[in-house]
Amino acid sequence: MTDVVKRFPGVVALGGVDLTVEQGEVHCLLGQNGAGKSTLIKVLAGVHRADEGTVEWRGEAVGLPDPQAAMDLGIATMYQELDLVDGLTVAENIFLGHEPSRAGFSQRATARRAAAGLLAELGHPEITPTTEVGALSAAAQQIVSMARALSRDARLIIMDEPSAVLDAGEVEQFFAVIREITARDVAVIYISHRLEEIREIGDRVTVLKDGKTVSTAMDAKTTSTQDLIRLMTGRSIEYVFPRRSPVAGAEPMLRIENLSQKGEFADISFQVRPGEVVGLAGLVGSGRTEIVEAIFGATRATSGTVTVDGRTVRPGSVPAAVAAGIGLCPEERKSQALVLQASLAANISLASLAKFSRAGLLDRHGETRAAEALLDSLDVRPRGAHRESRTLSGGNQQKVVLARWLLRGCKVLLLDEPTRGVDVGARSEIYGLIRELTDQGVAVVVVSSEIPEVLGLSDRVLVIADRTIRHEGPADELDEHAVLDIILKGDAA
Amino acid sequence: MSFDLTKAETPKADDAETETAPEESAARRGGLVDFLSGPAGRNLGLVLALVLLIIVGILTGGERFASTDNALTILRLGSVIGVVSVGMTFVIAGEGIDLSVGAIVALCSVWATTIATQTMAADYHWSVMVFVALAVGAGCGLVNGVLIAYGRIAPFIATLAMLAAARGLAEIIAKRRTQIIRERGFVDFFGGSVAGVPVLVIMFAAVAAAGWVLLNRTTFGRRTLAIGGNPEAARLAGIRVQRHTMYLYILLGLACGIAAVMLMARTTTGTSTHGTLYELDAIAAVVIGGTLLSGGRATLVGTVLGVLIFTTLTNVFTLNNLDTSTQAVAKGAIIVAAVLLQQRVARTGST
Repeated sequence: MTDVVKRFPGVVALGGVDLTVEQGEVHCLLGQNGAGKSTLIKVLAGVHRADEGTVEWRGEAVGLPDPQAAMDLGIATMYQELDLVDGLTVAENIFLGHEPSRAGFSQRATARRAAAGLLAELGHPEITPTTEVGALSAAAQQIVSMARALSRDARLIIMDEPSAVLDAGEVEQFFAVIREITARDVAVIYISHRLEEIREIGDRVTVLKDGKTVSTAMDAKTTSTQDLIRLMTGRSIEYVFPRRSPVAGAEPMLRIENLSQKGEFADISFQVRPGEVVGLAGLVGSGRTEIVEAIFGATRATSGTVTVDGRTVRPGSVPAAVAAGIGLCPEERKSQALVLQASLAANISLASLAKFSRAGLLDRHGETRAAEALLDSLDVRPRGAHRESRTLSGGNQQKVVLARWLLRGCKVLLLDEPTRGVDVGARSEIYGLIRELTDQGVAVVVVSSEIPEVLGLSDRVLVIADRTIRHEGPADELDEHAVLDIILKGDAA
Repeated sequence: MSFDLTKAETPKADDAETETAPEESAARRGGLVDFLSGPAGRNLGLVLALVLLIIVGILTGGERFASTDNALTILRLGSVIGVVSVGMTFVIAGEGIDLSVGAIVALCSVWATTIATQTMAADYHWSVMVFVALAVGAGCGLVNGVLIAYGRIAPFIATLAMLAAARGLAEIIAKRRTQIIRERGFVDFFGGSVAGVPVLVIMFAAVAAAGWVLLNRTTFGRRTLAIGGNPEAARLAGIRVQRHTMYLYILLGLACGIAAVMLMARTTTGTSTHGTLYELDAIAAVVIGGTLLSGGRATLVGTVLGVLIFTTLTNVFTLNNLDTSTQAVAKGAIIVAAVLLQQRVARTGST
């Protein structure tokens, strides 16, 4: 593909991508979160249409108007979220959408035989075609997914972080399968954050940054880790971070001790003092979101304690966490934070309804006044406390969520991806707001996929990788390079 | 190998949703559309439908339709299902559904008219029967609520089970016989009138008014709408979603208890066939009233109008000697028409 551009309204997700994949090679795509990897895959899979640029397939320019067109060409995609139907059998999943049939009746026996053949070719004859997919392990499901791609005579299989759900042994088996299919001249685009894997399975590497290919077709075995990290980093940041204010050497406001959740994260301990911002840096899926959700009581930690201002918070209860003075701006603003069809005022007062309750009756004037005051001071536009929250832009919606906790008055504020989908102007305002809060003695925890943001915003940084804390230190002693280094050099799977 | 890092340009990370769009489109849209898609406009449509029905009633029924007596008959007939519909509005507003209301009404009516209950009522006071009906209703609602909120059973399934079980229990208790109410005090009180208005109609009005205040003017109503609109957001704002959901079903169970008392007074009986298909009538009234089945938006005025529309329709049809089967077909058509209209309005409202 040459010079592919994909624009979303207002955002250029891909701004010039060049990528050439040869037959039978494993071509690795590397890039930070938001670099455009997912969008690129979706363009190739026919889910999104490119706005500019050309895709050539075996020497001919092709359009990829829809997923069916891509499949017909022989491009198959294994998405990060496995797209198998749990309730159907292995054979049914493999032939989903192109079941062998005669006169409208599906040929189940034919399908079973063909499925068994494919699985045997992949070196996994132990997976029986009549098993329900839901009963299989994650690793076996990956194999089924790959068999499905092969059943459609795929010549190019795109794999989006296939190893994320596999353990070390399973990854080895999976690689054996990849070698098997590339030996048959099938090409693979392999996406992973784990450099060791790329070294082991990859032939060539292309690095994406800010929706562009910064370097393409480097040798996967010999290119140095230093070079790869340097290529991925250095995203130019145009936002200005407010100056840090000195943190008063007070007792910690938030203290987390040995917090663990089975299968999600282990042994997390840290403290946040009043007026301090602690940033959690890590990749998507590293356990960051799960950590803040457990602190907030939205999920129950298996062990460990959360202490706010010297008092232990009852675990696994959001109301208890809120009562203790913790607030959370969750990762997914629209599905987790806002009642979209409700007014701004109703959204802002949601965590403080008791404040406006007079013997159960709602003091609506007081509510509107309080909401308007906050909307004014946060400069939320367009104006109007009775406007539906869905009509606002991402940045303004985020301010509304912040206003909710400002109204409540928090001692500890947890911010999960506070600037995702937020434009540059609103970003700076949100950064400023966070500093204003810390000046008032609030303890803040920030989670972000954007390493420069974590570094710029925080006083101290915890680097999370493989579901635990890998590094802890002052933000000004770290740079993006160092953080990525810690993340990527973590345990190999 | 050397790489020129300065080549990388910054992303044009404008916001995906432009800030000015909503304002502009609102300005471009006429004020009329805004009004019609607002709550007042939706209710206006229902009022128009009701007026239309009344005109048809006058044209076809003449004097027989347009009399105070007939108007009170309509209100009296609508009052029982009206009370259930008010409760149903809350459950639907909270993104739930309850199919068991008719069966709960039957069980309440049977339990409150057993020989044991009636003997106790004769010994103490007829209000014993009222308390029994309310307690049984609230109890059934509690079971529904616990199963749905804490047992995480889908509301459709949990209340379907209650539908079967409650009516079955009613049949067992009543041994499939109709139990006559011998307590004159009970029948006289609820069957009477105050200043010409039947007590049943006054009760419906009172329940509807209380429901309106609860939905629109209390923190309880606000929490209900938040949970219906986005349960996860409500949970992460510290609202006790499970407990609140349970309350909603108890509230509806209580409404069923009240409805059972009213039905007992109207028919002077308690029987396991009371309230048959109330669930469908109540859901239909709530939905054509403008409450979203997906939760988060509710209107009690709409529900009351929905009840009146259906009751008036039945009345007009009965006066014209059309059988119940024809009525059922017409009801079905009205439900579809109302929902299609709602969707249309919702779309103009959101784009």
